[in-house]
Amino acid sequence: MIVVLNKDSLLVGKEQDVVPFLSRVKEYATKISMGLVNQTKLVTACSELARNMLKYAGGGSTLIEIISKGRENGIRVTFTDKGPGIEDIQKAMEDGFSTGKSLGLGLPGAKRLASEFDIKSTVGEGTTVMIIKWKNG
Amino acid sequence: MDRIPILQMGKFLLVTIQVDLYDRLALNLETDLAQMVYKTGARGVLIDISALSIVDSFMGRIIGNIGTMSKIMDAETVLVGMQPAVAITLVELGLELKGVSTALNVEKGMLLLRNKIDSFSETDIEEQDDSSAE
Repeated sequence: MIVVLNKDSLLVGKEQDVVPFLSRVKEYATKISMGLVNQTKLVTACSELARNMLKYAGGGSTLIEIISKGRENGIRVTFTDKGPGIEDIQKAMEDGFSTGKSLGLGLPGAKRLASEFDIKSTVGEGTTVMIIKWKNG
Repeated sequence: MDRIPILQMGKFLLVTIQVDLYDRLALNLETDLAQMVYKTGARGVLIDISALSIVDSFMGRIIGNIGTMSKIMDAETVLVGMQPAVAITLVELGLELKGVSTALNVEKGMLLLRNKIDSFSETDIEEQDDSSAE
């Protein structure tokens, strides 16, 4: 049972929005006194996903939440875009696969850095990516 | 437009990144550095990232590119000041910084650059001055 304690929504529509968005994520992580290493992993994963959203969908919206499950606190970040969608999610999750000119570490890297990862995509409608980083996970 | 300053210190170029970079800023730095290496004939580039709280795959690629471009133009690149949390994250992300040397801090990075460049020039000199030195 996940309880949402606090939430905030931010739009990421251009490159310059990414840095303030990441500072907000960091601020939330600090609020639940997440350790520096987990904080860095969370913020890095968010950076990868925000960049993906800008690059492939021209931007989208993000939702940052402080969540609680039992005794564990964590941060949940959801990225929603109305871009072209991902045709083959399995392929997109492979290391080194990229339709753009990047290293192809974005999605698989973000998954490795997060505690929980979920992606849903419909071609022609958009993509939603959700990650959770537990304070001690 | 915002730019990251590049300082010249003898044969070296010094870049201290003090703010978290957005993409355009990082791309500008890549171009500016390549041009500065060419213009000044610098033999080494020292990049200090001690103020960076994250390095993602994009930033990693830019750093790798800077290393490769400098190498092609006969300059060594040393990356210094990476925070422990950033290093842990980079490994988990699966990012390798190929072609870039790293050092713990600016002082050690400078020493490393000097050694790298000296070892090149010394072998040249040794070959010429071998008889007179003995």
